[in-house]
Amino acid sequence: MQKNNQFNLGPAEQHYHIEHDPDDLWSDSRVIVNVGPTHPAMHGALRMVAKMNGETIEKSYCEFGFTHRAKEKLGENRTYHQFVVYTDRLNYCSALLNNVTYAMSVERLLGVQVPERATWIRMICAELARIIDHFICIGISAVDLGAFSFFLYGFHQREEAYTLIERLCGARLTTSYTRIGGLMYDAPEGWEKDVKSWTERTLKVLTEMDNLLTGNKIWHQRTKGVGVFNKEDCLKYSFTGPSARAAGIDFDLRRDQPMMFYKDIEFDVPVAQNGDVFDRYLVRLEEIKQSLAIIRQCCDRLKPGPIWSEDKRVRIPEKELVHNSMEGLIHHFKFFMTGFDVPQGEAYTTMEAANGELGFYIVSKGGPKAHRMRIRGPSVYHFQALSPMAEGEKLADMVATLGSINVIAGELDR
Amino acid sequence: MDIRTPVPEIYGGIRDQYRDLWNKQIETLKGKFASSIEDVLHPDQYPTDVPIIYVNKASIVEVLKFIKEASGFDYHFLADLTATDEEVSPRFEIVYQLLCQATRARIRVKVRVEENASIPTIVSLWPAANWPEREVYDMFGVQFEGHPDLRRILMDERWVGHPLRKDYPLRGYQIFPEPMPVQAHLLEGSPNAEK
Repeated sequence: MQKNNQFNLGPAEQHYHIEHDPDDLWSDSRVIVNVGPTHPAMHGALRMVAKMNGETIEKSYCEFGFTHRAKEKLGENRTYHQFVVYTDRLNYCSALLNNVTYAMSVERLLGVQVPERATWIRMICAELARIIDHFICIGISAVDLGAFSFFLYGFHQREEAYTLIERLCGARLTTSYTRIGGLMYDAPEGWEKDVKSWTERTLKVLTEMDNLLTGNKIWHQRTKGVGVFNKEDCLKYSFTGPSARAAGIDFDLRRDQPMMFYKDIEFDVPVAQNGDVFDRYLVRLEEIKQSLAIIRQCCDRLKPGPIWSEDKRVRIPEKELVHNSMEGLIHHFKFFMTGFDVPQGEAYTTMEAANGELGFYIVSKGGPKAHRMRIRGPSVYHFQALSPMAEGEKLADMVATLGSINVIAGELDR
Repeated sequence: MDIRTPVPEIYGGIRDQYRDLWNKQIETLKGKFASSIEDVLHPDQYPTDVPIIYVNKASIVEVLKFIKEASGFDYHFLADLTATDEEVSPRFEIVYQLLCQATRARIRVKVRVEENASIPTIVSLWPAANWPEREVYDMFGVQFEGHPDLRRILMDERWVGHPLRKDYPLRGYQIFPEPMPVQAHLLEGSPNAEK
């Protein structure tokens, strides 16, 4: 604080006078507030430096990159198979979605077709990951605004979903479940039945959560009209996913550029109009319901069958062959030591991830390593818009805004 | 020469769906910007998912503005902006991934840039290009003319070298014991200037 601050505000009328004079609250008393990189209100290692006029943010800038792990550089120095594990650490709230998108993008360059069962399991995985991500987003943004029990309802279901994923691949968070051309393990017997019963329980919990928070007056006051980003702004700043749909952009890659079997599935794309924190919350809540419906349909269609492509280039040989035949051993050795060659070409493969368009732009010049591995994370574009969104708002509303666009530092920093 | 097996439908086999649209658009572009279009790689001739249009560096803003706004194109959504290090004479290629949400078609525009050369910024067309351009500058060292705030973004501002260049070592660590201080000069200016 500077010396010439005068705090003699006087009678209440002067307070009202201050309300109407946003340019000069106390003469020459702008304060610079630094939030982050390690701050409980910032979701991950993000930093915002704001020039404050009282409680209002006048101007701000954001910094990130504190968890930069050079994933794009590693993508050029690791084989396509080795890179699968790095994709988990992009958006760590929905690791399976990253795995699936990465596997699809390499398969697209190779022209490998994945068996039907693997594709259905991948779709279930993608939707499970989306539900987990949305539970975290709406739960944590509610915690930021003081609604703690709402968060616990969601987290219980989220833990159960992680247990289902653990049965699938043995890991809860960093799954590394997909392989190029298929999946690491088949789903255990009866898994889809458990997933279905989980969706029914989750739907009940979701109704409870809806009743708990959606009509809450305090929640309305804290979220309606806060962090507004309208349709034009969203297009200018390349918003995708729930944040764009909350502003009225009716676009969902699952419906509009369908990959896998999304064409054969019935689901709705929720769209809101106002583009504020409340609408983003509503869109995410409705998307969880739609994802549950997708999972139920996928479980009904899941039939026994192979989970790996027969293509010898990408399929890891069975252990039986590796231990008992010279060809299998050599194949195994070559697969892990040199990797498989991807022919020359390039593709930008996108998938509707939990936060928006997740894209892998892979340029191959032949050989087992990519020439360029670009990862387009939706959070980069969302976090870029935080400063324009927060300017003119209160600092506490910036926290609500940041929670609602769900910036994940892992895919932001890469 | 297509060395791939055809892209299966489940990975969004979009080539047949958009072939007519792309052909029409490429023809229009070649007619209108004959001197600016250097090269076109069509998915029928080159293993790529969407057409790649190589544009002259000087007219990139003009061409992108046309692709963004002209009827029949309407690629109003900048999906991504990045670069590649080609290790040949025009060393870098700046890549613009564009999407038309109405027709759901994608297209890719590329610009070849020499090392130590600069390229016009497209922040005036898409404010979203601000941070990706900073990232390209940070990672490849390509300068963007007229960029409002061209600083490093992922690496520390004291970093030396550009990590995604092919000649940068994989373990080229640099350690800074002190964090970057608050940069008050970035907070100057009138409120809500950008919104």
